[in-house]
Amino acid sequence: MAMTETVGRAHADPHHIGLVIEHPGPAPKRIVTAYGFWVFLLSDIVMFSCFFAAYAVLHGQTADGPKGSEIFEQRNVAIETVCLLLSSFTCGMASIAADTRNRFWFYLGMAVTCALGLIFLAIEFREFADLVARGYGPSRSAFLTAFFSLVGCHGLHVSAGVLWLLTMMAQVFAKGFRADILRRMMCFALFWHALDIIWVAVFSVVYLLGSAV
Amino acid sequence: MLGKLDWSAIPFDQPIPLIAGAVVLVAILGVLAWVVVKGHLPYLWREWITSVDHKRIGVMYVLLASVMLLRGGSDAIMMRIQQAVAYQSQGYLPPEHYNQIFSAHGTIMIFFVAMPFVIGLMNLIVPLQLGVRDVAFPTLNSVGFWLTATGALLVNVSLVVGEFARTGWLAFPPLSQLSYSPGVGVDYYAWSLQISGVGTLVAGINLVTTVLKLRTRGMNYLRMPMFCWTTLASNLLIVAAFPILTATLAMLLLDRYLGFHFFTNEAGGNVMMFMNLIWAWGHPEVYILVLPAFGIFSEVVSTFSGKALFGYRSMVLATMAICVISFMVWLHHFFTMGAGPNVNAIFGIASMIIAVPTGVKIYNWLFTMYGGRIRFATPMLWAVGFMVTFIIGGLTGVLVAVPPADFMLHNSMFLVAHFHNVIIGGVLFGAFAGFEYWFPKAFGFRLDERWGKAAFWFTFLGFYVTFIPLYAAGMLGMTRRLQHYDVAAWRPWMLVAAAGMAVLTIGVICQIMQLVVSIRNREALRDRTGDPWDGRSLEWATSSPPPVFNFAFHPDVRGEDAYWDMKIRAQQQLLGHDLPEYHDIDMPRNSPTGFVCAFFATIMGFALIWHIWWMVILGGLGAFATFVAFAWRDHDEYVIPAAEVARIDRANIEERRNLVSMAGAV
Amino acid sequence: MLRPAHCARLALAVQEPFSGDRVCCRSFLALGSVRGFPTAIGPPMNLLDPQGPVAAANSTILVDSVFIMLVIVVPTIIAILAFAFWFRASNPKARFQPGFVYSGRVEMVVWAIPALTVILLGGVAWIGSHQLDPAAPVPGTGSPVRIQAVSLDWKWLFIYPDQRIATVNALTVPAGAELNFQLTSSSVMNTFFIPQLGSMIYTMNGMVTRLNLRADNEGKLQGLSAHFSGDGFPDMMFDVNVISPLAFPDWVANTAKTDAVLNEESYTKLMQQGVERGRPVYRLADPRLFDLIATQHIPPGPGPEFTSGAGRPHSGGHDAR
Repeated sequence: MAMTETVGRAHADPHHIGLVIEHPGPAPKRIVTAYGFWVFLLSDIVMFSCFFAAYAVLHGQTADGPKGSEIFEQRNVAIETVCLLLSSFTCGMASIAADTRNRFWFYLGMAVTCALGLIFLAIEFREFADLVARGYGPSRSAFLTAFFSLVGCHGLHVSAGVLWLLTMMAQVFAKGFRADILRRMMCFALFWHALDIIWVAVFSVVYLLGSAV
Repeated sequence: MLGKLDWSAIPFDQPIPLIAGAVVLVAILGVLAWVVVKGHLPYLWREWITSVDHKRIGVMYVLLASVMLLRGGSDAIMMRIQQAVAYQSQGYLPPEHYNQIFSAHGTIMIFFVAMPFVIGLMNLIVPLQLGVRDVAFPTLNSVGFWLTATGALLVNVSLVVGEFARTGWLAFPPLSQLSYSPGVGVDYYAWSLQISGVGTLVAGINLVTTVLKLRTRGMNYLRMPMFCWTTLASNLLIVAAFPILTATLAMLLLDRYLGFHFFTNEAGGNVMMFMNLIWAWGHPEVYILVLPAFGIFSEVVSTFSGKALFGYRSMVLATMAICVISFMVWLHHFFTMGAGPNVNAIFGIASMIIAVPTGVKIYNWLFTMYGGRIRFATPMLWAVGFMVTFIIGGLTGVLVAVPPADFMLHNSMFLVAHFHNVIIGGVLFGAFAGFEYWFPKAFGFRLDERWGKAAFWFTFLGFYVTFIPLYAAGMLGMTRRLQHYDVAAWRPWMLVAAAGMAVLTIGVICQIMQLVVSIRNREALRDRTGDPWDGRSLEWATSSPPPVFNFAFHPDVRGEDAYWDMKIRAQQQLLGHDLPEYHDIDMPRNSPTGFVCAFFATIMGFALIWHIWWMVILGGLGAFATFVAFAWRDHDEYVIPAAEVARIDRANIEERRNLVSMAGAV
Repeated sequence: MLRPAHCARLALAVQEPFSGDRVCCRSFLALGSVRGFPTAIGPPMNLLDPQGPVAAANSTILVDSVFIMLVIVVPTIIAILAFAFWFRASNPKARFQPGFVYSGRVEMVVWAIPALTVILLGGVAWIGSHQLDPAAPVPGTGSPVRIQAVSLDWKWLFIYPDQRIATVNALTVPAGAELNFQLTSSSVMNTFFIPQLGSMIYTMNGMVTRLNLRADNEGKLQGLSAHFSGDGFPDMMFDVNVISPLAFPDWVANTAKTDAVLNEESYTKLMQQGVERGRPVYRLADPRLFDLIATQHIPPGPGPEFTSGAGRPHSGGHDAR
C-alpha cells in the first residue's frame, strides 16, 4: 500500500464541534424509491411553473381574440374539480387497500379513480374541442396558446396517470401485492395526488382569476 | 408515408458534410463489423449495453463524451480556419454551413461532451466514495445514459440527413421559428435536446437520491468527500433547471409544429420570455457543469498535496451558496435588452456575488497546497493549470457582469473568449483531471504519465494561444458568429487563434496517444493496490477495478477523509484484524430496458423531426410496451453467494497485504 | 478601495469623457497599438478608443474594473504558482504541515477578500448602470437628432423622421449633438452597436428600445449587428459618418433630393431577405413609418423561401452575393 505519510493522530474531523450522530447507513428501498419519486415530482412542478409563468406573461395578449372570461364555463370546471378531488380520495382508499393486501377494495378504489379521471379528461376534451370549433384554438392568440398548453399539459399528465393506473391494476392482478409493486403503487399515488395539487393551482390561476376579469 | 423526408434531404451538393458523414459511417460500420467478426457482440450486450452497474454506465458516459469531443472539436477547427481565411472573402464555408457548424459546436460541447463527461465521472465515483454498492435507481441510470446517447445520435444524423439548426446553440426565436428557419435543423436541435434532457433529468434525480439516501454507516453529511457535495449541488441544479429547458423547448416546438404563439412575432407572442426562460435554465447549467469540476479539483489537490482539504466546511458552504445563487443571475445574459438600470444593476451585483464563494474555493485550494508535499502527477498539473486559468476567466466574467462594461462586450469575441476560458479552463480541465485521476480505479491500470503531461502542456498553452487573441478581437469590436468580415484589425488575431487551435489539436492527439500507449503497456502500469495515488476517500479502499459489488462490507466511516483514516488505523493495528464473516450480496440484474427505450426514443425523435406520424405512434407504443415489460419482470436482483464475495475480497486483501509487506521489507 | 472621489469620477465620466483614464485606456494590454495595423477597409472599432461620451464612460468602467480585479488576481496567481513550486514533494526545505487544514483567520481573510472586491465592484456596477442606462440622456450641443433604426434581414434602415429622409447601411450624424435612437426590428432580433460610440442595444419586432449616444469627433466610424440573425448577418455592418454640425443640414438637403421614396410599399420590398451592398437613400413619405413597423401594422418581414421541400431551406443570404 502506497502509504508514505503518517499523521500524528488519526485524522478524523479536525474541526468538529459537539456531538456527532452517526449516520446509520443506506436507507431501505421503500424510502429510497419514494424519495426519488418526490424529487421527480418537484422537477415536474418546476416544469409546470414554467407554463404558469408563460400563462402569467401572455394572458393579456388576446390579439383581439376572446378573453378568459368569455370562454370559461364555471360549471364544467366545477365538475372537473370535484372529479379530480374525489379521485384523490379513492386513490387514497386504493393505497390503503394495497397496504392491507385487500384486493377487492384495491380494485374498487382504482376503478373509481380511473372512472373519475376519465370523466375529467372527457370534460376537458369537450371544452377544448368546443373552443377549437368556435375558432378559438391555441393558434388564435398568445393567451389561448398559454391556456391550452398549461391546461393541456395537466391533461396529458392525467392521461399518463390513467395509463399508469391501468398498468398498476394489471400488475396487481398478475403478480399480487409484491414488494416492488407496492413501491410502484406508492409512487403512483404520489403522482396522482401531485396532479391534484397542480389542478388546484390551475383552477385558481386560470379559471378563478381568469373569469373574474 | 415518409413525411418531409425524401432524397433531397441528403446534401449531395455539399462535399464537406457528406464526406464527414461517410467517414463516420465507415468508422461505425468498421467497429461494428470488427465486434461481430471477433464475436464480442454477446459480451458487449451482456456486460455493457444492458449493464446497470454504475461503474460501467459511468465509463460509457465518458466514452460518449470523448467521442463527441472529437466531433465538437472538428467543428471548432473548421470555425477557426474559416475565420482565419474569410477576411474580405467568403472563406471555404458558405453561411448556411458555417452557421450549422457553430450551432452544432455549442450544442455538442455543452450537452454531449461536458454533461456526459461530468455525469459519467459522478456515476463512476460517487457510489464508491459513499461506500455503497450502486446508485439509487440502477436501471433508470441505464435509461438515462441511453437517452443521452440517443440525443447525440440524432445530432450526428443531422450531418447527413437534412440539416442542423443554423440559429446558434440556444436557438433564439423568432429566428428559430418556422417562418425564419423552415428547415428541420431546429427540430433536430430541439428533439435531440428534449430526449437527452430526459436522460439528464433521470441522472440528476438518481444522483440526488443516491447522495441523500444511500450513504454507508457513519458517512454523515459533513464527512462526505467534496466531490459528493458538489455532485449533490450540481444534481439539485439539474433537477431544478432541466425541467425549465424541457418546458421552453416544448413551447418552441409547439410554436413550430402546431402554430402556437409563445415566442412568435405575431398574435402576442413574446420573444423576451424565451430569453428569460432559456437563461433561467442556462445559467444554472454552467454551474451544473463546473461544480463537479470543482469537486474533482478538491479531491485532486488534497490527494496530491498529501493533506486534507483546507477549510472543508467553508468549501461546503461555498458550494451550496453557488448552488442557490446561480438561480438568481440569469438576466445578466441580456443586459442589452433595455430592462432598465435597477434591474440591470441588481442582476449585475447578484452575478458578482457568485464570484465570492468561487473565490473562496480558489483560496481554499491554495491553502490546501500550503504546507503540503505536492506530487505533480498529471491530475495535479491539470488542477494547477485550472486554478490559474479559471481566475482569469473569473476576472473577465465579473467584468461582463458590470452592466456598462457588458454594453460594450456583450455577444462579442471577448464574451466567447470568456466562456471558453471558464468552460475549457474549468470544466474540461476538471474532466481531464478526473479522467487521469480515476482511470486506474475504473480499469485497473494507470495512464502513461509522459503522454499525459505532454497533453496537459499542449492543451494549456494551446488554450492561451487560441483564446487570448479572441479577447483582443473582442476589444476591437468583433462580434461572434461572423462567417466573414472585412475589418483588417481583426485578421491577425484570427490567424493567431487558428495557430492556437493547431496546438490544442496536438494536445488532443497526445491525449489519444496516452490512451493507446497506456493500453499497450497496461501490465507495467497495473495498479494492484487499488490505491495508486495514496488517496484519501473510500473509492481507493476497494480494488481497481472494483468488484461488481464495490465493497464486501459497507465500510464504517469515522471522520472526514474516510479511507485515509482507515489506513492510519490499519497501520496502527498492523492490519491485524480478524477475517470477517461474509454474507450474500443482492445486486440488481442487468436489463436491456435502457437500450430498448433509447431505440424507441430514436425512432420517435427521428419521426417527429420528419413528420412521419405513423412512426411516431409506433415508437410511442414501443416505449410503453417496454415500460410494461419492465414492470412485469419477476426477478430484478440476483445473489452473489457469500463464498464468492469472500473469494474476491480475500484475494484483494491478500494482494494488498503482500504489497505492504514488500514495502515493509524495503 | 472605492473612495468617494473615485465614485464621483465614474459618475463624471459621462460628462468628462477624455479626462481621467485616457492614459491607462491606451496602455491597457497595449491594445491601443493595435490601431497601427493596416486598415484597408473601414475604420477600426477599438473599444478603448472611444469617440463619444458613452463609449468613453463604458470603457473607463471596463478598464477600472479590470484594474480593481487585477489587484486581487495577480497576487493570487503568483501565490498559486509559488505555493505549488515551493511545496513540491522534492523540496526538502519546505515544511510539511498535514495538520494545517483549518484556520479561522485564514478563512475570514479568504471570504473577506472576494467579498470586499465585489462590494467595490458592485458599487461601480450600481452607479454605472444608472449613469449609463442606454435610455439616459446624453446632453450635447445643438438640437438633438432623432433617428429611428430598423434592423431588416440583413441591413440597417435609418429613418430621420424630422428630416424626412432615410438611409440604408449608412448613418450620418452631426458631431456633438445628442442622438436619440428609437430601435425596432422588421423580423428577427438584432443588436445595434457602434463600438466607438458605446452601449449596444437589442432590436426586437413589435417593440421599441431606446438608446442615446453622442459622437464627439468628425470622422468615419463603423457599426454592426451584434446578435446573430441569419445567413446574411456578417453583412450587417454599417458606416457611421460623423460630420460637422454645419455640414449636416447640407447633407440632409442633398439627401432629400433623391428620387427614391420610402413608403410602405418600398419598405416591404426592402425588408425581403437579402444583403445590401450599396448605400441607398430615400425621401421619407410618411414620418410615421417607424410607428407602423413597431406596432406591427406592417407585418413582420418574411423568412427564406422554402423551395426544396425537404429539410434544407433555400438560402437567401448566400445567393445575394
